Amino acid sequence: MAELMLREAILQTLFAEMERDENVVVLGEDIVGGMGTEGGPEAIGGIWGTSAGLYDKFGGDRVIDTPISESAIIGAAGGLGLTGKRPVAEIMFADFLGVCMDQIWNQMAKFRYMFGGKTECPAVVRMIYGAGLNAAAQHSQAPHGILTSMPGLKVVMPSTPADAKGLLTTAIRDQDPVIFLEHKALYAEKGEVPEGEYTIPFGHARLAHAGEDVTIVAAGLMVKFATKAAQGLAEQGIGCDVIDLRTTSPLDEEAILDSVENTGRLVVVDESPPRCGLATDIVSLVTNKAYASLKAPPEMVTSPHTPVPFARELEKAYLPSPGKIADAVQRTLAWK
Amino acid sequence: MQISEDALKKAYRQMKTIRMFEERLHDEIMTGEIAGFTHLYAGQEAVAVGVCEHLDFNDTIASTHRGHGHCIAKGCDVKGMMLEIYGRADGICKGKGGSMHIADIEKGMLGANGIVGGGPPIVVGAALAAKLYGDGRLAVAFSGDGACNQGTTFEAMNLAVVTNAPAIFAFENNHYSEHTGVAYAVGSEDIAGRAESFGMKAWRVDGCDFFKVYETMGEVVDHVRAGKGPAAVEFDTERFFGHFEGDPQNYRGEGEIARLRKERDCITIFREHAAKNKLVSKKDLDAIDKEVSDLIDKSVEESRAAAPPKAEDVLTDVYIDYI
Repeated sequence: MAELMLREAILQTLFAEMERDENVVVLGEDIVGGMGTEGGPEAIGGIWGTSAGLYDKFGGDRVIDTPISESAIIGAAGGLGLTGKRPVAEIMFADFLGVCMDQIWNQMAKFRYMFGGKTECPAVVRMIYGAGLNAAAQHSQAPHGILTSMPGLKVVMPSTPADAKGLLTTAIRDQDPVIFLEHKALYAEKGEVPEGEYTIPFGHARLAHAGEDVTIVAAGLMVKFATKAAQGLAEQGIGCDVIDLRTTSPLDEEAILDSVENTGRLVVVDESPPRCGLATDIVSLVTNKAYASLKAPPEMVTSPHTPVPFARELEKAYLPSPGKIADAVQRTLAWK
Repeated sequence: MQISEDALKKAYRQMKTIRMFEERLHDEIMTGEIAGFTHLYAGQEAVAVGVCEHLDFNDTIASTHRGHGHCIAKGCDVKGMMLEIYGRADGICKGKGGSMHIADIEKGMLGANGIVGGGPPIVVGAALAAKLYGDGRLAVAFSGDGACNQGTTFEAMNLAVVTNAPAIFAFENNHYSEHTGVAYAVGSEDIAGRAESFGMKAWRVDGCDFFKVYETMGEVVDHVRAGKGPAAVEFDTERFFGHFEGDPQNYRGEGEIARLRKERDCITIFREHAAKNKLVSKKDLDAIDKEVSDLIDKSVEESRAAAPPKAEDVLTDVYIDYI
């Protein structure tokens, strides 16, 4: 075990997979940085520090620094995937999904189905997402709900450095298109990461905290907040299961239902707005399949139906927090 | 450029196969047996065939919503295509794709595409892969004059130049973007000039003359295979049918279609050129016509009788390892 930041776990995994398999190719804007400048390549090394050194090690044919052209990046990833390569594309901010939606939604996600199951497109799209850095409405969103609604995509949301390694390794080796969402507010998060070969299968949730009274379901940064809330509640004698989904497609329905059947109470935490999102999806699943187990109406802790605001005070009001989650847990317990 | 008699016969057979496939579909769609939207390629055969005659199975192409011609020219199974368009279980995409999504990766055909401008970015990826394989293979994006106005096409052209990817942007200017004239919708003088302004070499050629297309593509393919970067070609071609089947085409000029069929038919031009230069005998070409006609008859007959997919198959082929 080594203690790493989540961003270091990502970089080390890219390094390891590129070394292991020469078909792995990475591409994206400024992932090398400094191309065409006096400072030269690697002057930046990727704005998130998740690709630093890859160009020097593997060269420009496998570490492709692209112009600011998200449609071309994702399209190229699709074409590389269809023709035998394992591309890992980076979308610097997940919000830029808006400019490459067609290549994700109409192309990559649908190749296999449209072509009668005769093709494989093992492409990974890493997207850096989420609020908490005062980056405002076009650099802070959490689009996992939109992406999870698209058949043909697998959607991954790691919450710890160890999971980042295990899930990214699985993503790169998977034969289907995978959207890999990295929360920018988790990049500096530290944790023990297994050394050597480490993979985590998709569709298997992680129990981040155990308790008997209430089930809290979350993904990505919200797992951190939910765990913090659960720790505080434990001190008051309230026990919470915190289920870290890890992947929203495929979804580990069994882990959610098993826990709710035990606790009878559900709180779903979601960083995205409330309508037609992950929280509504899971509440619907539970009310449909574990109705008899419920002792109280399920609670949702989500962002409001607004764009992500800029000012510190507004963004704080926008995001779910450990306090808001604890309040929701208390509401389910108080319900009569 | 020299071309053998056998290669010429093959090219003619493919052009004729595309023509008869499309003419027959035009008739069969009228019967109501074929569902969905169909966009016919008739009139543009010399482009698809003249380009693909220079490609082998390692080279890849991406096509458009008007994709039947590219599929046939790249070697997709004609019967499998007909079955697919009829929505049958044994279709080339098991009835899940239909006319607009025919693909055969084994043949290097990366898919027709329902989205105008969808193909060029994918082709850049295939070209980047080709560069890594390092064996001279290349990728071709077929686009129309409509796709030349999509930002995705611009992004793809620039990325191809920046990465020196072995990609060819084949623009088939049939003078209509759906129901709108190119004189209105394309603001620049031509399409090839746009490609040139992105920093690549571009050619302009009459797309209704197979011999000219073939000769030009020889130069283009040599350029790209030699690692000199991406290239573009603008083909001046003609669309004999409407944007889609059922299009009343009231935007056409009086007698326009009759004139195009008389003066700009690539099959007629091929035959005249072949006769004048004694390249292939009329007898041989007539024999090919008969063979192709039989193949199309048989394809339609079998497609009509073939079984549709089972309802439960709606769930398969979304992911490799789970439903």
